[in-house]
Order: sequence, then C-alpha cells, then structure tokens
Amino acid sequence: MGRFVLKRLIYMVITLWLIATITFFLMHNLPGSPLQNEEKLPPELKEIILKEYGLDKPLPVQYVNYLGNLITGDLGNSYKYDGRKVTDMIMDGFSASATLGVQAISFGVVVGLILGCVAALRRGTWIDSGATVLSVLGVSIPSFVLGALLSYYVGVELQWLPPALWEGWEYTILPSLALSFLVIAQIARYVRTEMLEVLGQDYIKTAKAKGLGRPAVIIRHALRNALIPAITIMAPLTVALLTGTLVIEQIFAIPGMGYMFVDSIQTNDFTAIMGVTMFYSFLLVVSIFIVDILYGIIDPRIRLTGAKE
Amino acid sequence: MSVTKQKVEKILEVNHVKKHFKMGRNQVVKAVDNISFDVYKGETLGLVGESGCGKSTIGRTIIRLYDTTDGEIRFKGESTRNLKGKDLKKFNREMQMIFQDPYASLNPRMTVADIIAEGLDIHGLAQGEERRQKVTELLKTVGLNEEHADRFPHEFSGGQRQRIGIARALAVDPEFIIADEPISALDVSIQAQVVNLMKKLQREKGLTYLFIAHDLSMVKYISDRIGVMYLGNLVELADSQELYDHPLHPYTEALLSAVPIPDPDVEKERERIILKGDVPSPINPPSGCRFRTRCPKVMDICAKETPKWQEVKPMHWVACHLYQEESLKKEEGNKNK
Amino acid sequence: MAMNTDQLSPELFQPAEREQGAEEAVSRKRLSYWQDVRRRFVSNKGAMIGLLLIVIIGVMSLVGPLMNDFTYSDQNTDMMNISPFEKIEGDYWLGTDHLGRDLWTRIWYGAGISLLIAIIAASLDLVVGVTYGAISGYMGGKVDDWMQRLVEVLVGVPQLVVIILLLIWLEPGIFAIALALALTGWVNMSRIVRAQMLKLKSQEYVLAARTLGANTRRMLTKHMIPNVMGPVIITLMFTIPNAIFFEAFLGFIGLGLRPPQASLGVLLNDGYQMLQLYPYQCLLPATVLSLLMFSFNLLGDGLRDALDPKLRQ
Repeated sequence: MGRFVLKRLIYMVITLWLIATITFFLMHNLPGSPLQNEEKLPPELKEIILKEYGLDKPLPVQYVNYLGNLITGDLGNSYKYDGRKVTDMIMDGFSASATLGVQAISFGVVVGLILGCVAALRRGTWIDSGATVLSVLGVSIPSFVLGALLSYYVGVELQWLPPALWEGWEYTILPSLALSFLVIAQIARYVRTEMLEVLGQDYIKTAKAKGLGRPAVIIRHALRNALIPAITIMAPLTVALLTGTLVIEQIFAIPGMGYMFVDSIQTNDFTAIMGVTMFYSFLLVVSIFIVDILYGIIDPRIRLTGAKE
Repeated sequence: MSVTKQKVEKILEVNHVKKHFKMGRNQVVKAVDNISFDVYKGETLGLVGESGCGKSTIGRTIIRLYDTTDGEIRFKGESTRNLKGKDLKKFNREMQMIFQDPYASLNPRMTVADIIAEGLDIHGLAQGEERRQKVTELLKTVGLNEEHADRFPHEFSGGQRQRIGIARALAVDPEFIIADEPISALDVSIQAQVVNLMKKLQREKGLTYLFIAHDLSMVKYISDRIGVMYLGNLVELADSQELYDHPLHPYTEALLSAVPIPDPDVEKERERIILKGDVPSPINPPSGCRFRTRCPKVMDICAKETPKWQEVKPMHWVACHLYQEESLKKEEGNKNK
Repeated sequence: MAMNTDQLSPELFQPAEREQGAEEAVSRKRLSYWQDVRRRFVSNKGAMIGLLLIVIIGVMSLVGPLMNDFTYSDQNTDMMNISPFEKIEGDYWLGTDHLGRDLWTRIWYGAGISLLIAIIAASLDLVVGVTYGAISGYMGGKVDDWMQRLVEVLVGVPQLVVIILLLIWLEPGIFAIALALALTGWVNMSRIVRAQMLKLKSQEYVLAARTLGANTRRMLTKHMIPNVMGPVIITLMFTIPNAIFFEAFLGFIGLGLRPPQASLGVLLNDGYQMLQLYPYQCLLPATVLSLLMFSFNLLGDGLRDALDPKLRQ
C-alpha cells in the first residue's frame, strides 16, 4: 500500500510540473502578453514594469523562480488589477466555488444513490424507466443549458428562487441543483447497474434463504457491494464538476473561481490565467489522488500487492 | 502399447527444463522447475496434475509459446531453442496444439473454413479449389459436415468447436500434437466422443500425443504412459497400467485413491487417502521435496534435500526419498542419534 | 396411439435410421458476426431512435441552410430579434437574432459546424489513440511500461484547462478547436485499445495462430484489429458528444469561433445574452444540442449492447 501511495504521489507531482511548464511556455509565447517584452512604453517605465514582474532576468531563471514560487504558493501579482495577488483573488473565489461543489456532490450522490437503488429494486416499472430517462437526459443536456433554463424559468418567470448572484443561502439552490443533475444522472445509472448485478448474485439468495428481511438484505449486502465500484466514477465525476462550475458561475453570476477564470481570460490577465490554471489542476490532481487512495483502501488487491488491476 | 527403449525413436526430449515467470518486483513463479522426460514416436504420453502444477506451462513451453528459462528441448533430435525462419516454419507444421477452451480457441470473426485453413494459408500449402477440398476433407475427418465450412464459431456447440480445433491442428499434417486439457470444458458424453476421435486419428495418421489433463481416468483411457506433476515438478512417470497397479509416489497413490471405480464392492473396501493441507503457492514452494507438507509418509530428510528423479524400475521413474537408498540410510542414521 | 401387445413385433424395436450427419446440423440461419451485431442493434429501439435523429440533424445541417435565401452571416437591421411566432414576410422560420440574421439557417449551419469539429476531433483522437494503445498493448514489456508511464502523467492533466490554454495560444478556428480536443482526449482511446489488446494477446485463438506460425502482420490484421474494433467504435460514439459539448462550452465562455461563424456553442452564447427578452434565441440551439448529445448517447449504448450482450448496462 505504501508503495502504491508513493507511486501515485510521484505521478501527481510530475503531472503538476508538466502543467506548470506548459502554462509557463504558453504564456511566454503569447502575443500581447506582458511577459513578452514588446510593450511600446518609455524605457524607464518599461524598466519598472519588467523589474516588478521579474522579467528582466533570463528565461531559465524566470522559470526556476516561477516553479519556486509555485511551491510556496505564490502565484504572482495580477496583471490587470494592480497590486492584487493572484493567490488572494483565488482564495476569495474559492469559498463560493467550494460551497457550490460540495452542495452539488452531496445532493447529487444522495439523490443518485436513492434513485439508482429504487430503479434497480423496482426494475421494469415506470420508476425504472423514469430513472433511466432522467439519467440519459442528465448526461446529454449540458449543465450550462440546464442552468440557464433553471435560472430563467424558475428564477425569472416563476420567481420561486433567485436567479443569480450570491447573497444568501437561497442563492445557492438553483446553481447547485443545475450542477448536481449530472452527478445524479451518472451515479443513478451506475448504482442501478451495479445493484442489478449484485441482486442477481448467489449470496443474496443465500441471505434471503437464511431468512434475512428484505431491507436488511438490501442494506447490509447489496448496497455495500454495489457502492464499491461507484467510487471509481468519482474521479471523472470530479472532473466534470470542476468543468461545470466554470459555466454555472457565469450563468448565475457567482463570484467564484470559475467566474474569475473566465474574467481573466476575457481581460487578458495572464498571471491570473496561469494562477487559476495551476490551482484548478492542483485541485483536480489532488481529488483524483484521494479517490485513488480511497479505492486502494477498499480494494484489497491494491493494498496487498501495490499494483492496480 | 508398452515401449522398449531401443526399438522406438524419441520424438521429443525434455531435459531439465525450467520456466519461471516474474511477478511484480521480487516474486518469481516457478511454474516449471526442472522437468525431464522423453516422448516416443507414436505413443500417447499423459500428463496429469492439479490446477497450477505447471502442466499447461510445460506444454506451451514445448511448443514455443514461451521460451524456456533454463534447460533444453529437443524435437526430432534438434534443439528448439533458437529456431528461426524456415526451420521455425517446419517446426510449426510438425508440432501442433489443441486448446482447452472451445469458446476461446476459435476467432469469432472468422468462418470455420478460414479457421481450419489458416495453417494451409500461412504455409502456402493449398489455394482455391484445392484448399476448399482439403477443408471439406478435414471436416469429414472430425465428423462434421461440409456445409459447416461457411458458418461461424458461435453457431456450434462446445464439442463441435473442439473438433474444429482438432481439424485446424490436423490441417498442416503434424507429427506431434500437444493436447492441453482438450476435454476439460466438455460434458462427459462429449468427452468420450472427442477422445475416441483422437484415438482414431492417432491410429490412422501415426500421431504422437502429449495429453495434458487433470482427470486421471480419462487420461488412463487414452495414454500409453502417464506422468504425474506436482507444483512444477514431475513426481512419477510410468506405463499407464504399471502406474495404476504399482504407484510409488505418495501423491500418485492419493490421486488414484480418489478415482472412483465402477464396482460397488471394490469401492466399499477402498480407503481414500485424504491429503492434509492445501497446495502451497508456486511463488514460495516448500524446500526439499515440494510435496512434503502434505505427504502422509514424510520423513525428516524430505525438508532438507530435493529427491532425485530416478528410474527405480525399468521405464518407471519417481522422485521420492522413499526410494533413494542413501536417503533412507540417512534417515536411519538420524533416527539412531 | 394405443396398440395391442400382439401388434408389437420385433421389427418395431430395431434402431431407427439416423440420417447421416443429422445430429451435426446447425439449425440457425447462417449469420456472420457482423450480421448478428446488426440484427441486435436494429432491434434496440433506443439505438434506432438515436441513429435516426443523428441522420436527420446531419442531413438538415447540409440541406437546411439551402432551404431559404439567407446565408448564415446575412445581417438585416430591419429584421432584428424576430420571434418565430411573429407573422412576418420572408422565410424567417425560426426567427432572427440580435443582428437580424436568420436563425433557421444559422442553427442548421451551426449544427453542421459543431458536428464537423466533433468528427475531425474524433478522427484525430482515433488515429493517435488506436496507434498508441495498439503498439503499447501488442509490444508489451518495457515498451509498454514506458508508454504507460506517459499515459499516467497525462491522465492527471485536466482536459478542459489544457484545451483553454491551447486555444488562447492557437486562436480559435475549426481546426484549432478540433486539434485541442484531440490532443487532450486521445489518452482515453489509447487506454481502451491497450486493454483490449492485452486481453486478446492471451486469448487461445491468438495463441493458436502463433503455434500455426502466423507472422506479425497476419496476427494484427486478421486476429487483433478486427477484435479491437468493437470497443473502439463504442468509445468513438461517446467521444463525439464529448467534443460537441466542449465546443459548445468553449463558445459559451467566449473561446469559440469568431463571428460571423456559427457553431452551436456560439449560438448558445449569443442567445444567452438575450435570454430574458428573446428566450427562443437560446432555447432553439439548446434543443438541437441536447438532441444531438442525447442521440449519440443512445447510439453508443445501443452499439455497446449489440456488440457484446454480456456487457449489458
């Protein structure tokens, strides 16, 4: 197990390094980038700016400094918003994005689980068909479309919930809902498949033969085993969620990281773009790492041999 | 058919062959660990043992699906180690294999005709009309119909698929066929069909078989001689009847005692030898004699020294300290201390 | 049929004549593997619906813009923001957008562009992914080890982030977007191909071909690749909606095609600005987008079931 963790850790570091390097070189090669050295400014001003951003040093040195700063968590200063540290900007947005994400996942997982179980248990009935249709819809309708629709119809037309902004608890409902749809769809589908397979297994028949009541059978045996493979989809799901927050924040005007990211793209704030990219990647890589570890804990084969099937 | 050494030539010689597989960092599976035996032209040598004893591995190593880790294999007098080019092609035609799983041994995308004729195609032995005729002939030989040639494997039953596999092996006119558990996946009545077919083919074409299986009674039916394997080693080798009448190795005795005899009176009197414990892992086999952890006749020396593979009676080999004079003497010596 | 015992004669108890070879007759109609697959696929209603929708949308993307006189970039300041329900002269069947451009034409044209991008991306993805995965899986050993290490690193790289970075660098265009999508997505395909290769390598019919003396070319063309196609096609069916989604998303955040180019993403973005006043401008492309993705998903599921019923989800 230790070897397994170590291996994943090393890969994580290499991946992050790779992204950092790509980001660095891309940003330095973009036309119009302040890091490009082509500003038509009076020389003294240029000197100051260059010094401020550390651009007066040779490229390799800049690169090393960049990496060094990354490790300490210093993402530099925003290019557009003078004096603001990128790290601060990200942290400001992080709480909103995190709330959104956590709510979406919790709600999504719970509802998805229930839906999947019920669909499996009531196979062939309208509940099952309904759940299946819902799943396919959830996977097909992009979250931003759903978000836009929810915002407009529930928020503006019906006025049941606020359609945008982030000023109180009610404001989080619609966006989290829109985001969770994908989660519900994926999990319900997966749980349903796994439950169906598990329910057909011999050990379930054994449990029933032993006289175990139906709910007990379901909870104790079926669910536990059906859940285990569901962890495997947590990784791609996390990815999808991170993607989704980018858009949802746009639609609902939520001042989160995604909003900041899009904003920095549109205003050509290069240091911010780099910073957010690194942060997003970091989040993603760490979540995948956590899921891998969780999976390793649960799957004894990995624990014992250190290898992944 | 009982064999005398001088009159019949050896078609296959396996000398001190080892086949080890590396698993992960520091673990090596010693699937086959120092095996030696010969196969004579025209005979059927049966190889039996539990799952995991290495019998499939040795079969695949002989036919060069794997390369030996150590040791030498000679086919018709020539070493098979570095065969290349034309020699390798000749080898592929002279030695063929029948596989275990009828559902996995045929390419589901190919027609039966193409499957059977694959050998012909590869070696350029027949084209066009001639090819079709050969395929028809082969189908008839294994008891199938001409019209089956254009069908696909999934349309056939297990027994029929095995027969297609046999036809495929026969297409190149081999002299030596390794049958790797060819009937283990079939129903009992079909097993008899397939085995009888194999016997018939042997008679008609003068084939030599290496018949690998785990069912002792079926092996006895078809084999002239039988070798018993345990955890990568050969423990006994003798003529079939001799093995049944006078088993030497304790493992052989245990295996034989488990084979039911269709005579209720005899069965009533028989005592089953039940081995204690489980088969040890081939990654870390026991020191000395590998069978010692389960042997009802184990002695102290069994843990210290590996028994030698010796011909203790004419054409009857065994690897067991019970039949090694020096071992017995040592054991006596230890007891008297 | 009741018979008296005296009517029973020894002749009746002779073994009946068995037709030679009758026991070996195969009763089913002869079906090749692919015909069998097609039969299963066609009987799956969902899959057929998906296929039908895709064909319809595909055809419309080519034919639709030609059906009236407007092109996708014609602007008409007199005719801005007309809803499809307004009775007005001219063929504005689906209304117009904020610059007076006909939506019918733009939507179908945009769908076509989105599909084009997705198909280019999927093709590139296919070529790179299949080659990489096949080599890695077939060669095995050290080659496989090193190739897989690269894959492990790439897997951790977030697809969206790199796509965005690439597009900032490359300037969005049809090919640029497709390239960015393929560059970040090929890893998935290569993994599937490699897994299948590894599985095939130890299949007995592959071993049989080796014992018969088949050379590498024959092994690959006759045994390995035909049996890899199944999962590859299925993966492809899911790569396409993925590409469509990403393209739409990029358009939505402003990294899509530049005006007056239209793709579903661009249309969504344009329409979104007007959502409160003229919702149809956003809803119509959203519907088409959702239908497309929905259909490909149905198609993919149907193919998966048809190709290997044992994998039934």
